[in-house]
Amino acid sequence: MKNIGFLSVIILGMIFVSCSKLGPIEPLEEDVLDGPIDGLNSTELSEFLKGDEAFADVFTVNEGLGPVFVANQCAACHIGDGKGTEFVMFTRFGQSDTSGNQFLNQGGPQLQHKAIPGYSPEVLPSGATTTDLVAPAVTGLGYLDAVSDADLLALEDPNDVDGDGISGRVHWNMIPGYVTLRPGSVTLNGRYISRFGKKAAAYDLLAQTAGAYNQDMGITSVFEPIDPFSGLPVEPEVDESVVHQVVFYLKTLKAPIQRNQDDPDVIAGKNLFTQVSCVKCHVDVMQTSYSPISVLSFQEFYPYTDLLLHDMGPGLDDNYTEGNALTSEWRTPALWGLGLSKVSQGGQYLLMHDGRAKSIEEAILLHGGEADQSRQQYEQLSDTEKAQLIKFLESL
Amino acid sequence: MYRRVILVSLFILMCNLVLAQKDTGFFKVPYDTSTSKLNMDAVYNRPFLTHKKVPVAVGGYLEANSIYTINDGITDGLSFQARRLTLFLSSSIKNRLKFLTELEFEDGTKEIAIEFAALDLTIHPLLNFRGGIIMNPIGAFNQNHDGPKWEFVERPDVSTGIVPATWSNAGFGIYGKTNKNNWVFGYELYVSNGFDDRIIDNEENKTYLPASKDTEERFEENNSGLPMISGKVAIKNRKFGEIGLSYMGGVYNKFEADGLMLDKKRRVDVAAFDLNFTIPKINTNIIGEAVYAYIDVPGSYTQQFGESQWGMFVDFVQPVYRPKWFKWENSTLNLAMRFDYVDWNMGMFNGTTTLIGDNLMAITPAVSFRPSPQTVFRLNYRYSWQKDIVNNPAALSSSWIFGFSTYF
Repeated sequence: MKNIGFLSVIILGMIFVSCSKLGPIEPLEEDVLDGPIDGLNSTELSEFLKGDEAFADVFTVNEGLGPVFVANQCAACHIGDGKGTEFVMFTRFGQSDTSGNQFLNQGGPQLQHKAIPGYSPEVLPSGATTTDLVAPAVTGLGYLDAVSDADLLALEDPNDVDGDGISGRVHWNMIPGYVTLRPGSVTLNGRYISRFGKKAAAYDLLAQTAGAYNQDMGITSVFEPIDPFSGLPVEPEVDESVVHQVVFYLKTLKAPIQRNQDDPDVIAGKNLFTQVSCVKCHVDVMQTSYSPISVLSFQEFYPYTDLLLHDMGPGLDDNYTEGNALTSEWRTPALWGLGLSKVSQGGQYLLMHDGRAKSIEEAILLHGGEADQSRQQYEQLSDTEKAQLIKFLESL
Repeated sequence: MYRRVILVSLFILMCNLVLAQKDTGFFKVPYDTSTSKLNMDAVYNRPFLTHKKVPVAVGGYLEANSIYTINDGITDGLSFQARRLTLFLSSSIKNRLKFLTELEFEDGTKEIAIEFAALDLTIHPLLNFRGGIIMNPIGAFNQNHDGPKWEFVERPDVSTGIVPATWSNAGFGIYGKTNKNNWVFGYELYVSNGFDDRIIDNEENKTYLPASKDTEERFEENNSGLPMISGKVAIKNRKFGEIGLSYMGGVYNKFEADGLMLDKKRRVDVAAFDLNFTIPKINTNIIGEAVYAYIDVPGSYTQQFGESQWGMFVDFVQPVYRPKWFKWENSTLNLAMRFDYVDWNMGMFNGTTTLIGDNLMAITPAVSFRPSPQTVFRLNYRYSWQKDIVNNPAALSSSWIFGFSTYF
């Protein structure tokens, strides 16, 4: 009995020592979407952490959730800071022309299809057109925010002067009164260049964030004081400082890091990406201008977007518009982080604006309109070349 | 103020005990390890200190440990935790009338709770009346949760993530026990206050029955206005072990206010099965519990809050050595292993064939040393896999925990 006891203790000790080496290891920085930009100072890191906490904060009924809502926390839609899932889809409603949303006094622009106990969710008003949306990833947004209007104007070609079949344009839109114009902001007939959102309808991250608190969670703020349920102004349910913390968090989330850059197939895939003209809209290199966050100022980065609106053809036309974007127009989504989408989408791809594409290839084949030629060129590639192109996209 | 009064009172009480120990009439009543006890007896089956023929007895236990946790490769370092200081006070008021209370201080004085405070009237062994703050008899752990009885520092996940151990409420009921030959049979049946809307509206972001423990008014007001029923039957074979079946359920939401119907009545129903037996000859003790909960969540609410939950744990405890260190006669060295599983949101997302995640699995190998049955030193290594609601890759966590728990 005594010998068995000692033997057991020795075996157990070995098990414990082994277990200590089996503890979870930290994933590589390039394998996760979350985390701050390198080079933030200690004050900025503290603000980042506050924003991170606020982003994950769960709103309860007592804290102002709803009464009608879509989700109860930012992180419910952007799990791990990545793309959303079918579990939390957004439905926006309005009309097909650009005369401005005619349903704002009937609960527009977003359908709050959930309700706290004792309340009924919002229902679509008759006559409204709709689109379903999957939430985008929120990484690297600070870089996109810091691109100058001049750079975006330099990328657009609304009349297709160069005759390549691609006529991207900036979204000139009205902006809410509370936003602060970025340096060098350009105006046209009282409208400004908006860049965030599936149809680039939001001017900056403050507008996007305050709107999300309000339309997604039913949370009012000094920026968006109207309760979506009653349509009446109510006391702010989230502090102004918290909204700013979340905005700071979004600005300082790192840009996704490309993986396997030296893989020959990835290199070949990148060349094919250029060859079939994907890169004309999914622009690989951009530069930031001045940003009050010093690490974001005058930086080169690789988002694979041009932040412009493009006509994507009838297949992706939901007969719904925002601002001055036409029903078939969508803002080029950034492709950085594409390969990590599955990590936030429950192990599957849910691509395009509504998640209808379950693979990268399916997403490519859904491209129409201005991207029609590129899609056709992709279809003409050999199977090996297609695999290389997709491998490149998965490395992003 | 409330905390200060309690702390001063306890200090005076403990001072009296220290003085009393100098009196030769002071003696310890160890807890009963006889085979006629069931889990439902746990509340009285504890070691107490008493003095001559004074009808009052005092007891308690302390749990403390160190913990080093790594979450997805990142650690916050080493922490020391004083998890629980629990004090019991019992009194034989009159023949057939007794009283017991259990006061618990968790994490220092962060949480102070009266976990049990009840008057028991024995009419017949098969018919006892109990009233006050009672522990709802759901599963076995909720009533039999004293740290020194377990080889693991952490409580079972199902017992803290679905059953809100320790879950007690103001209420009344009956219980009884009988035995014949090697068989012991017991039952309990109570009506009490119940859960509230927090179970589907909380910062855990899941249907979480323990969230109701944060409601300070729950000992004075029943949120739904309708009693919750809880009950259990247990049967034990003295040579083998015990199994129990239990149920707890009632309306949880505030469906009516000022005579106006605000919502339909929404129920929470919890069923549990527990077992505790020892394999003869090799003396392996196996303790387990499985729980299923159904919660009526409004269909228009977010699926973040699940309607069905289930979970289980099973402990294997193997005595391997009986050292005679320091003349400790009953010391035992044990190897143990626990398996935990909890699924907070069973089923699929509406209109899809996609399974909902929100589950946790853990394994905890352990070694424990008991210088006496009333004191345990424990070294645990816990490794867990926790999936979010959409089944993304699991968050990994491992913890080294070393600590002790002792009755005093």
